[in-house]
Amino acid sequence: MSSPIKVATASLAGCFGCHMSLLDIDERLIDLVGHIQFDRSPLTDIKKVGPCDLGLIEGGVCNAENVEILKAFRRQCKILVAVGACAINGGVPAMRNQYSLAECLEEAYLHGTGIDNPQIPNDPELPLLLNQVHPIHEVVWIDYFLPGCPPSADTIFTFLDELLSGRPIQFAYQQIHYD
Amino acid sequence: MIADDAPQSTTHMTSTGDGSAHELLQRLIELQQTYHHIPWTEIERLSRQLSLSQSHIVGVIEFYSFLHTTHQGEYEIFISDNITDQMQGSRLLAELLAKGLGIEIGTTRADKRVSLNYTSCIGMGDQGPAALINGYTLTALTTERINQIIQRVDASTPLDQWPRSLFEVSSKTRRKDIILNSEYIPGAAIAAGLKNGPTSLLNQLEQSGLRGCGGAGFSTASKWRFCAAADAEKRFVVCNADEGEPGTFKDRYLLQAHTDRLIEGMTLCAAVIGSSTGFIYLRGEYRYLLQPLNEILEQRRKAGLLGQSILGQANFNFDIKIHLGAGAYICGEESALIESLEGKRGIPRSRPPFPVTQGYCGFPTVVNNVETFCNAAMIAQRGPEWFRQVGTPASPGTKLLSISGDCERPGIYEFPFGTSIRDILHACGAQQTLAVQIGGAAGRMIPATEFNRTIAFEDISTGGSFMIFNQNRELLRAIENFTHFFRHESCGFCTPCRVGSSLLAKQLSKVMVGHATAKDLDEMSILGSLMQKTSHCGLGQTAANPILDGLGKFPSLFQSRLRATSFEPAFDLDASLEEARLLTGRDDPDAHLEGGGV
Repeated sequence: MSSPIKVATASLAGCFGCHMSLLDIDERLIDLVGHIQFDRSPLTDIKKVGPCDLGLIEGGVCNAENVEILKAFRRQCKILVAVGACAINGGVPAMRNQYSLAECLEEAYLHGTGIDNPQIPNDPELPLLLNQVHPIHEVVWIDYFLPGCPPSADTIFTFLDELLSGRPIQFAYQQIHYD
Repeated sequence: MIADDAPQSTTHMTSTGDGSAHELLQRLIELQQTYHHIPWTEIERLSRQLSLSQSHIVGVIEFYSFLHTTHQGEYEIFISDNITDQMQGSRLLAELLAKGLGIEIGTTRADKRVSLNYTSCIGMGDQGPAALINGYTLTALTTERINQIIQRVDASTPLDQWPRSLFEVSSKTRRKDIILNSEYIPGAAIAAGLKNGPTSLLNQLEQSGLRGCGGAGFSTASKWRFCAAADAEKRFVVCNADEGEPGTFKDRYLLQAHTDRLIEGMTLCAAVIGSSTGFIYLRGEYRYLLQPLNEILEQRRKAGLLGQSILGQANFNFDIKIHLGAGAYICGEESALIESLEGKRGIPRSRPPFPVTQGYCGFPTVVNNVETFCNAAMIAQRGPEWFRQVGTPASPGTKLLSISGDCERPGIYEFPFGTSIRDILHACGAQQTLAVQIGGAAGRMIPATEFNRTIAFEDISTGGSFMIFNQNRELLRAIENFTHFFRHESCGFCTPCRVGSSLLAKQLSKVMVGHATAKDLDEMSILGSLMQKTSHCGLGQTAANPILDGLGKFPSLFQSRLRATSFEPAFDLDASLEEARLLTGRDDPDAHLEGGGV
């Protein structure tokens, strides 16, 4: 392989577990170093995504900022991947979908136990919450979905390895099945 | 017919009373009727009596639409929500009813007087809009009838004092052919069967070419023969009267107007395969038929046509029990039906083994549709040549069709197999027809260019549902209705169907609200074909049919609603911030999102 591919990653409404799983590919990271260059990512602290070959998104879409980031990734990345259960289904954060946003915020900031000076935060610095948490494919087109909570390091490595080598992407049964 | 039994609320039931776990579903149906929910104390009691875990019992309750752990109203009302009901104005009437009762659809009123919900097609397509109240069928609803209902609920009038006319189910036939025109002679088929012996009868059935009328078209003679040949100490005869396919109601007609033929056919089958016990699995939506059916069973026992020593034959004993369903479409699938007969959740079994070798309680079981048993009785009475005089070589005889939707004369029609759709449309007075949905939600949507095709197993096979849409109809609404139907009725056992049916419904709604692009249509096709290939049973394998047929035969329905961009969000981004804006009082630029895709 010649020049390294550019990769950007982001965690939206997720727990960073998928990013941890990415790091969990251990010494194989060294194999990847020569082939991958990170753009915007929690690993680099670059704030704005530039033109990339691959974007990896962890987490669902829960607020206005998530929407903006996701759209920026879609504009800049040739291939965009939903990594993990939350990106694919909304996951744990989407459990709030059975309540109204008002119920959630009132419970957290007005009526919950041990609350001092109850008020719903309204600082313009804070991104506004969407009334529901959505999987990312409901906002932008997604090219690949990597299931798992998180997808195992093996799955992530296999995906990157096959993508880099230009092979059709295929997984061993255990890598994408959980039954 | 008038549902005379409507008033008798709770006592008359079907359970075997033998204290076995198979009784569970029937016991739960009784409890639901008595208490309008299943109280926890009763779950504990059943758990002890039947030696079942409480979670198993709750699992069964939650599987069936008509059973609830939460309190429903003293009047439990379900509005039939098939597309044909909607075309007759059911949604508006439901809203009127909700408003009059001071209740939201899908809820129980605070005083527990009444609950109101939608339900899947209840088999009244020819006399809708229709509804169920405490299990009994209300037909031909109008604003005037809705007002009558509201008044009586408000006055707490017991159901037996409601006007009979509200419960009237007409069983008019619009066209008769050899089956319905032939006179049924009580006991003649059984007598012929007993006189000539099982082999001769099976040969007759084989020569007649009778095929299963539920839609799959398996040879009836082969089914009975396999069952008879299976090595076992007991065998069972089961009539599938769980007529749940949206738009079909011909079994309702047969159960109501030709009960004797059905029972004769089942008794004949028992004689052939050597069975002493039969079941009629009657869908919960037809519970108004329970008492008349039981009365006819009793009459036949008295006449020596059922029970001990049938027709004086000392060693021929056969009796029939009626088992009620509780609102689950999947129980029309024969192995799910057997699970339900055994009192469990109606989840289809893996096949093989097929029920003919391992069915009810593991014993060989014949499961046939109502119409199949009726036809078998008439063939035994009249002979195979009589049956073959109409129809096609591969599909002999006739088919009962339940015709509904946009036509002048909806109702029951008997047509020879091989009749063209055009001729059927002409016979029922359909005009300017855009499409016909044949075989129900799981069937096929046929465009006008294919109206020369015929009703036959070798062309378009059907269990009998025939829904007509004229050029003023928005076909996408029908496709949406069927897709939502499958999402609701998926039993949840296998992932392709459970998840796929939800995804399809979501993607279709993206099309309906105008957020979809060409890529979404490709996704729907891929998902649909995945469901066809990988689902556990026929439900999942056909759940994508409405969308796939729509995409294949009516692509413009979808394309006209697409965005030209490459991809669009499935929901309105800015609108979904509205609640947060209200809560925070913000309206700054960052409190808004631009719409549109990337």
